[in-house]
Amino acid sequence: MKHRYLPMTEQDQKEMLEKIGVNSVDELFSDIPEKVRFKGSYQIKPAKSESALLKELTKLSQKNADAKANVSFLGAGVYDHYSPVIVDHVLSRSEFYTAYTPYQPEISQGELQAIFEFQTMICELTGMDVANSSMYDGATALAEAGMLSAGTTKRKKILLSSAIHPEAKEVVKTYAKGQYIEVVEVPHKEGITDLDALETMIDNTVAAVMIQYPNFFGRVEPLKDLEAIIHEHKSLFVVSSNPLALGALTPPGKFQADMVVGDAQPFGIPMGFGGPHCGYFAVTSKLMRKVPGRLVGQTIDDNGQRGFVLTLQAREQHIRRDKATSNICSNQALNALAASVAMTALGKHGVKEMAIANMQKAHYAKIKLKEAGFDIVYEGPSFNEFLIKCNASISSINRALLEKGMIGGYDLGRDFEQLENHMLIAVTELRTKAEIDEFVAEMEEYHV
Amino acid sequence: MSNQNQPLIFESSTPGRIGYSLPEMDIPTVNLSELLPNDYIREETPELPEVSELDIMRHYTALSKRNHGLDSGFYPLGSCTMKYNPKINENVARFNGFAHIHPLQEESSIQGALELMYDLQQHLVEITGMDEVTLQPAAGAHGEWTGLMLIRAFHEANGDTERTKVIVPDSAHGTNPASATVAGLETVTVKSNEYGLVDLEDLKRVVGTDTAALMLTNPNTLGLFEENILEMAEIVHSAGGKLYYDGANLNAVLSKARPGDMGFDVVHLNLHKTFTGPHGGGGPGSGPVGVKADLIPFLPKPVLTKVGDEFVFDYNRPQAIGRVKPYYGNFGINVRAYTYIRSMGPDGLKAVTENAVLNANYMMRRLAEFYDLPFDRHCKHEFVLSGRRQKKLGVRTLDIAKRLLDFGYHPPTIYFPLNVEECIMIEPTETESKETLDSFIDAMIQIAKEAEETPEVVQEAPHTTVIGRLDETLAARKPVLRYTKKIADLK
Repeated sequence: MKHRYLPMTEQDQKEMLEKIGVNSVDELFSDIPEKVRFKGSYQIKPAKSESALLKELTKLSQKNADAKANVSFLGAGVYDHYSPVIVDHVLSRSEFYTAYTPYQPEISQGELQAIFEFQTMICELTGMDVANSSMYDGATALAEAGMLSAGTTKRKKILLSSAIHPEAKEVVKTYAKGQYIEVVEVPHKEGITDLDALETMIDNTVAAVMIQYPNFFGRVEPLKDLEAIIHEHKSLFVVSSNPLALGALTPPGKFQADMVVGDAQPFGIPMGFGGPHCGYFAVTSKLMRKVPGRLVGQTIDDNGQRGFVLTLQAREQHIRRDKATSNICSNQALNALAASVAMTALGKHGVKEMAIANMQKAHYAKIKLKEAGFDIVYEGPSFNEFLIKCNASISSINRALLEKGMIGGYDLGRDFEQLENHMLIAVTELRTKAEIDEFVAEMEEYHV
Repeated sequence: MSNQNQPLIFESSTPGRIGYSLPEMDIPTVNLSELLPNDYIREETPELPEVSELDIMRHYTALSKRNHGLDSGFYPLGSCTMKYNPKINENVARFNGFAHIHPLQEESSIQGALELMYDLQQHLVEITGMDEVTLQPAAGAHGEWTGLMLIRAFHEANGDTERTKVIVPDSAHGTNPASATVAGLETVTVKSNEYGLVDLEDLKRVVGTDTAALMLTNPNTLGLFEENILEMAEIVHSAGGKLYYDGANLNAVLSKARPGDMGFDVVHLNLHKTFTGPHGGGGPGSGPVGVKADLIPFLPKPVLTKVGDEFVFDYNRPQAIGRVKPYYGNFGINVRAYTYIRSMGPDGLKAVTENAVLNANYMMRRLAEFYDLPFDRHCKHEFVLSGRRQKKLGVRTLDIAKRLLDFGYHPPTIYFPLNVEECIMIEPTETESKETLDSFIDAMIQIAKEAEETPEVVQEAPHTTVIGRLDETLAARKPVLRYTKKIADLK
C-alpha cells in the first residue's frame, strides 16, 4: 500500500526481509498466538485524501459556534483573550513541536532555556520562589497541591473553598479519593469564602486550605485574613490563581502562600474546547524538593559554558517508581512555550495593562447592566467576571443570544442550587464598547 | 545547530520597548482604587522582559536552532514512538471551529466538536476491541491512574476492599508503579524469564485474593510480544483481578492483535505516540481510556452519548469515579489523532504496524553483529541491545548515546528497561526510510569500531553540539531554577 507517510517500497521490503531471513512480513508476527490474532480489517471509515479530509473537517468545524465569528461573554475558567499573533509563529517551528522531552540536553538547549524562562515568569507573576515546567491544567495542579500538602504535613484532610471552580473541586476530590484524603468544602458568604466558617472548621488535622483568587464568581478573596487563620494551625495555604489577574492584583506570594497553582490559558493558549491548556505550579523554596513534574535548572558544561538541564529528578516517577508522590510524566511543554511567548510579548507593562483593561471593561459592563435594571449579585471587588440574576433560564437566554451572534455567560444553576437563573458574565479586554452595549441591550428584557 | 550562546530573554530586555498591541480602551475608565482595596493593588511590577516583536522572533528562532525535533532528523527513541507528525493535523486543530470554542457553550452550539469526539471514541473502540472509551485523561500517566481508579472502584463496588495490589513486571515503565501509588494501591513486581517475558510461575506466586490488577505493556518494553498472554489473563481473572493494558506500544500491533481480544479489561492509549499528536517538547499529550462493559458505570463523568441525531453529555453517572480533568480532555490533541486515523484508514493503520515492525527487525539484525542482543527472537516495533561488550572496553552506553549526537541523531532510549545491562532501546517507527535506517546503522557500526580502536573519541563525545556534557550534579546540588538579576550580576 502506498501512503505519503509510509516510505517503504516493494524493493525495500524485499531487501529487508532477506536480511532478516524471513519470507514474509507475516512471519514477524508469528509470536502472536493464533487465538488472539486479529484477522480481517478494522471496521472504521476508509482513508480520505488530504483535500477531501480537509473539506469534510472544515464543514464539521463550522457546525460549532466559535468565538471568532461570535462575541463571547463566557468565561468560568476559560477565556477569550488577545493572543499576540507571534505566538503561533513560534509554536509552528517544528524544532519545538516535534521534539520529545529534553532528556538529551546537548541537543535540547532551546526547549530547556524556554522552560527556564517560563519558570522565571511564573515566579515573577505569583511572587513565589520556584515554579515547575507545567502541569496538565489548573485543576490537576490544584489536586497535586492537595497531595503534596497531605504528604508534607502527614495530615489527611483538605479544606476547599466552595468558591473554587466546580470542575476543579471535582478533580481535587477524585485525586483525594485515590490517596484516602478527606475533602471538606468551606461555604462562601456572598461570594467570598466564609471566614467565620473557616475558623470553626480548621484545626491541626488540616493539611491545606485551598482558595481561588480571584474566585469562581470573579471576586477578590481576602488573602490577608485567610492567611492568618490558615497558618495559625500550621496548615498549608494553597492559592489557585488566574495568572493574568496577577498583573494587577497583589500576588499570593506577598500573602505568604505556600503554593500557588493555576492555568496559563489566558496567555496565548486558545480556548480549544477546554484543552490542552497549561497548568502551572509554584511553591516556596522550602517545598522545592517536593514539587511534582519536571524542573529545569541552570548549570555549566565541561568548558564552563552556561547550559540548562532537567534537574532534581530524584523526585520523579521514572526514578522513584512506586515511591513517587506524583505520577506525572508528559506535561504541557508546548503550551508553556505559548504562554512564555505571550508573557514575553506583553512584558512588564503589557501584563498589567491587560489585567487592568479586563477590570475596566467588566466594570463598564456592570454599570451598563445596572442601568438596564439588573442587580449585581455578590457585588464587591472583582476581576473580569461577575454575576446577575435573570428572569428566565440561562440556557434559553443563551440560545436567544446566539441568534444575535453572541455567546452568553455561564449558567451557575448547574453547580449551585441557590443560583438558579444566575449568569456568570466574563468581559475581557477584547470586548469593545459597542459589543458590550449591544449585549446589554439584548439582555435588558431578562432582568428580574 | 547554532553555536551562538543565546542570552536569556530577560538579559535582552531594554526599558521602554514593547512587543504587544492591546485592544483600544474605548470605554470610560475609573481609578484602580475604585475597583480594588489598597492591599490588593499590586505594587511591584513583575520583572517580565521589555522587548520588541522582532526581538522576540529572533530569540525564539535562535532557541529553536538549538533544539532537535523530529523534523530535524531521525529520533529512534525507544518506547516513545517518534513518528512523523503530519502537517494537516496542525491545520485542522487550528480551525476556528475547533480552536476557538468554549467548553461550556450550549451543547447545541458545539455539535461539530461532539460529533468528532464521538466518532473518535467509536474508532478507538474498534481499534482496541474494548466496549467504551473516555477521552478525558490528559496523557499516558493520567490514563494509567484513571484506569486504576476505575478498577479500584469496580472492586469496591463488589465489596472487594482487600484488593489493593497491582502486579507490574520488572520491565515496566516507571509511571506504572507511580500511578498505582497515586491511585492508593500497592505495587508488586513480577519477574521476567530468560526469554524477556513475564515468568508465569512467578505470576502464579504473586497473584492472589489481594490482586486488584496486572498492568502490562504488550509488546513489552523489550519489544517482545507476551506470547502467554491468554494464560496470564486466565491466571489473573480466575484470581478475581483485572488486566490493565498500557498502550504505549500499540504501534506494534495495529490490526494484528487487539487488547480487548487478549483479555484486557482496561486500556489507555497515548494519542501523542501511535496517533501522531506531536510530543511538543514533553506535552501536551492525550491518554484516552477504554474499558470492557463491566467497568463502564465507573467511567469519569460526563460520558458523551448520542440521543437520536444529537450528541449530549450524560452527567447522571452515580457510580462514576468523578472527574479526572476539567471539561473533556485535551481536545486539540484528539482532533489531531482523529485527523490522522481518517488519513490512514484501516489499510493504512495495518501498514503502519507492518512497516514499523519490519524496520525494527531489519535494524536489529544488522546491528546484532556489533552489539549484544540479549533476546534473540523477532521483535515487534522496537528492540533492545546491550552495550556490555563496549563497556568492557571502557565505553559506556551513555558515551555511545552522546557520540550519536555528533552524527546528527537523537540517541535511542538508554538504561531502560532496567532489567537489561547497559540497555540501548531502539524504535525506528514506520515513517523512516530504509536509507535513514542504513545511515544510522552505519553510524552505530562506526561507534562500535571506535570503542575498540579509539575509545576516547566516544568517551569524550559529543564533539559537535552547541554545548558539551553538562554538570548535572551541580544543577541538583545548587539548584538555580529561575533567572534573577542577582545571578546575572555574579556572572
